[in-house]
Amino acid sequence: MKLDNLDRQIIQATQTGFPLNSKPYHVIAEQLNVTPQEIMLRFQRMLEMGIIRRIGAIPNHYKLGFTANGMSVWNVPDEVVDEYGKKIGELPFVSHCYRRPRHLPIWHFNLFAMVHGKTRKEVEEKIEQIALLLGENDLDHQILYSTKILKKTGLRLID
Amino acid sequence: MDDLDRKIINQLQGGFPICDRPFKVVATLLEIKENELLQRIEKLLEEGILSRFGALYHAEKLGGGLTLAALSVPEQAFENITTIVNSFSEVAHNYKREHELNMWFVIATEKPDRIQEVISEIETQTDLKVYNVPKEAEYYIGLYLEV
Repeated sequence: MKLDNLDRQIIQATQTGFPLNSKPYHVIAEQLNVTPQEIMLRFQRMLEMGIIRRIGAIPNHYKLGFTANGMSVWNVPDEVVDEYGKKIGELPFVSHCYRRPRHLPIWHFNLFAMVHGKTRKEVEEKIEQIALLLGENDLDHQILYSTKILKKTGLRLID
Repeated sequence: MDDLDRKIINQLQGGFPICDRPFKVVATLLEIKENELLQRIEKLLEEGILSRFGALYHAEKLGGGLTLAALSVPEQAFENITTIVNSFSEVAHNYKREHELNMWFVIATEKPDRIQEVISEIETQTDLKVYNVPKEAEYYIGLYLEV
């Protein structure tokens, strides 16, 4: 299923946020000159298609005190990486969990799990839980803390 | 931030209804007035506690390109290389990290083909090898921060 022009207009109108109005879908509808029913239908469909991951609040984790953000990287045997990736992704403190290619010899990690915590100690305890879950399939792991944000701009999805 | 703010943040990370009066539905769950909920969200956005309120779109499904890439930057060249990498509008996020690969950045492009071009241009300008680690599988994305 492809996005049509109206879908793209909806994304463009809402990529920086929803109108804070008691009837937000009506406001979007008015802007785009279509019925509120049509707008709600489109949102429902984009959610079902996975074009929208979710609707809601996106907190700034630094402001919430989650300042220790460790990119944990794991070397997991290829035969079991998908199985364990799913299990790790389900842990409540893991956000992004991805399989990525290795670059030997400098980079032998193939599984990335971003772990958020309020202190490095908290992050380390959570990493330990992942290590326990992996058991002997944890061939090696490391936590790459970010020591400096060099750039952070929002993704402009559609211009 | 008080208890009600925390309740609101926790509740709104779980999803938002698609209906005529969605804030009213959420307000009812929180046992507050619709108007109070709207004011609270506005305040949380102003204070930067919420970075956004709305739909979280899935970049690749919109047809764009997205990847994570890393560089091993000599410490004395770090500032110069940062300037070069950040000068690309396609570089959305860039972090310094503790590893031999010490610079990690996200490249997002409107057309997928552009990713490889940006990588080549960064390699030419920095004289460093870019380690491209595009996502091969995604197991979960989403974060619930209990506050």
